Amino acid sequence: MSASMGGAGALRGARRGGEFVLQVALTLLGLLAVTFFIGRVVPIDPVLAVVGDQAPRDVYEAVRAELGLDQPLWMQFWLYVQKMAVGDFGTSLVTNRPVLDDIARVFPATLELATIATIIGVVLGVPMGIAGAVYQDRWPDQLVRVIGLVGYSVPIFWLGIMGLLVFYGILGWVAGPGRLGVFFEDIVTPITGVILIDAAIAGEWEVFWNAVSHVVLPAAVLGYFSIAYIARMTRSFMLDQLSQEYVITARAKGLSEARIIWVHALKNISVQLITVIALSYARLLEGAVLTETVFAWPGLGRYLTTALLAADMNAVLGGTLVVGAVFVGLNLLSDALYKLMDPRAR
Amino acid sequence: MNNPRTSGATSNWRAQLLTDTPASRNQARLGQFYRGWLQFKRNKLAVLGLLIVLLLIVVAAFAPWIATHDPYAQDLSRRLLPPGTPGNWLGTDEFGRDTFSRLVYGARITLMIVVLVAAIAAPIGLLVGTAAGYLGGWVDAVLMRLTDVFLAFPSLILALAFVAALGPGIENAIIAIALTAWPPYARIARAETITIRNSDYIAVARMQGARTARILWAYIMPLCIASLVVRVTLDMAGIILTAAGLGFLGLGAQPPMAEWGAMISAGRRYVLDQWWVATIPGIAIIVVSLAFNLLGDGLRDVLDPRKS
Repeated sequence: MSASMGGAGALRGARRGGEFVLQVALTLLGLLAVTFFIGRVVPIDPVLAVVGDQAPRDVYEAVRAELGLDQPLWMQFWLYVQKMAVGDFGTSLVTNRPVLDDIARVFPATLELATIATIIGVVLGVPMGIAGAVYQDRWPDQLVRVIGLVGYSVPIFWLGIMGLLVFYGILGWVAGPGRLGVFFEDIVTPITGVILIDAAIAGEWEVFWNAVSHVVLPAAVLGYFSIAYIARMTRSFMLDQLSQEYVITARAKGLSEARIIWVHALKNISVQLITVIALSYARLLEGAVLTETVFAWPGLGRYLTTALLAADMNAVLGGTLVVGAVFVGLNLLSDALYKLMDPRAR
Repeated sequence: MNNPRTSGATSNWRAQLLTDTPASRNQARLGQFYRGWLQFKRNKLAVLGLLIVLLLIVVAAFAPWIATHDPYAQDLSRRLLPPGTPGNWLGTDEFGRDTFSRLVYGARITLMIVVLVAAIAAPIGLLVGTAAGYLGGWVDAVLMRLTDVFLAFPSLILALAFVAALGPGIENAIIAIALTAWPPYARIARAETITIRNSDYIAVARMQGARTARILWAYIMPLCIASLVVRVTLDMAGIILTAAGLGFLGLGAQPPMAEWGAMISAGRRYVLDQWWVATIPGIAIIVVSLAFNLLGDGLRDVLDPRKS
C-alpha cells in the first residue's frame, strides 16, 4: 500500500519536475525570441548598424553573410539560439571583448548595490508596514501611505541627484560618484568582485570604509523604492491577518499584542513577504540602470547605457538577456520558496 | 445652489439623475455617471489629482499664451540665473533659456507621451486579452505565453533595448514604452473576459448568430473598459517616469526639445553650484505623476470597488 503510494508520489514529482523544466525552457526561449526580434527584425537594416551607410558594396555583402542575414528568418533564429546556448553573446564594439566576459566583470557591482538596497528595504520596510497595519489610519499608517505614494511618483535619477547635492555637495557626509576613491583603487585583488567583501577578506579596512562611504547614498536611494514597495505590501498582508479569527482567539487567551503580531501573524505573512522581497529585488535591477548612471557606478546598468549610446547592439541585447534571465530566475525562486514554506501550495 | 430646496431647477435635474426608475437608457447611463461622480467627489485627494491633471491639459493647450518667453530662445548673457530673477521667475538654464517657459512647453510633451502610449498599448492589451479569454484553447496558450515573456523583462530595460534598435528620439521612445506597457492590460482583459464569457447574454448573442468579432467588440470589450481605465490611469505615473528616464539617458526626446527628463539631465552638470536647474523640472515630474496616482486611486474606488 505505502509502496504503491510512494511510487505514485514519485511519478507525480517527476511529472511536475518535467513540467517545471519545460516551463523554464519555454520562458528562456521566449526571452531569446524577444531579443532576436529586437536585434534582427526591428532595425530596418542591421547591416547598416554595423558597417555604416558609407560602406562599399562588397563589405556590405560580406557583413551580411557573416551575420547570417542571407538565411531564412527561422534559420537565423536557430543559429542565434545555438550561439546563445553556449554563451556566445558576440563581441562588444566598445570594449572589443566578449560581451559575456564584460557582463561577468560588471555584474558584481550591481549585485552589491541591489543587495544592500534590498536589505535596507526589508529592515525598514517590514516594520513600517506592520506599524501601518497595527495603527491603521493613525500617523504611522499615513506615513507609510505618503512614503509609498512618493515612491511611486519620484524619478529615481532625480532623487539620486538631489541626494548627491545634499549629502555630498552641501553636508559632505558621503563620498561622491564612483565605487572607490582614486587613492584606493587596485589595492585589493578582486576575489568575489564585491569590493566590501574583498576588502574585508584582505583586511584592508581603509578601503572597506571608503567603499562603504561610496555605496551608502546610491544604496539608500535604491533602498527607498524598496521600502516604499515592501512597506505597502506588508501593510496590506498584515491587515488581512489581523482580521482573522485566530488573532481574536490569541487575544482571548491573553497573549500579548506584541507576541500576536511579531510571532503569529508575521509567521503567516512570511511566505507572501518572500515573494514580495524577491520581486522588489528584481525591480531594483531596473532602478539600477538609472541610479548607476547618476552615481557613475560601474555596474550592469551603466554598461548597458554606455552600450546604448554607442549603438553597441551585441552588448545591449546581451545585457537585456541577462537581466531578463535574472528576473525570471528570481520569480521561479520565489515560487519554489513559496511551495517549500507553505504546505497548502504543495 | 447646492441646496435642492432653494433652487427648483437644480433639484429637478438632480432628482432625474438619481431616480431609481430611469425612463431611457441615456438617463440611466447619465445617472450612473453622476452617482460615480458623487462618490469620487468625496475623495479630496483624488479631486486634487484631477485638478492637477486638468491644469496640465490647460497648460499644454495654451502653452504659447502662458509661457513668458520662447522656450528655445537662447540668451548667453543671462545663463544659469537663480529663481526669482526679474523677467525669469524660475531662473534660466545653461543656454539662458527661460525655465518656466520650458516647463510649460514640456507639459505638451509629457501629455503627448502619456496619451499616445495609452492609445497604443490599451487597445493591444484589450484585443489580446479578450481574444485569449474568449477563444481559449491554443489561442489562449500562445497569447498568454507571449504576454508572460514580455512581462519577464523589467519594462525600462525592454524599452531601452527597443530604443537601441529603433534609434533615439521621442517617437521611438513612445513606441518602445507602448510595446512594454500592454501585457498587464492583456492580463486584466483576459481575467474579465473569462468571468463573463459564459453569461447568458453572450449565449443569446451567439444563438442570434453574432460573429466572434462582433461578440468581442460589442458584448465583451465594453465590460472590460472600467478596470482597464483604472489600470491605465494608475500606470500613467509609471509611463511618465519611464519616459523621463529615457529622456534623462539621452534616448528619448532630443535637444533642444523641452522634455522634463532631458532638462534634469542637462542641469545635472551644474547641480552643485546651480541646484535649481536640475531641481525644478524634477518637481514638475513629481507633481504630475503624483496627480495621476491620486486620480487613479480615486477612480479605482469608484469603478472597481473590489480591488480597493
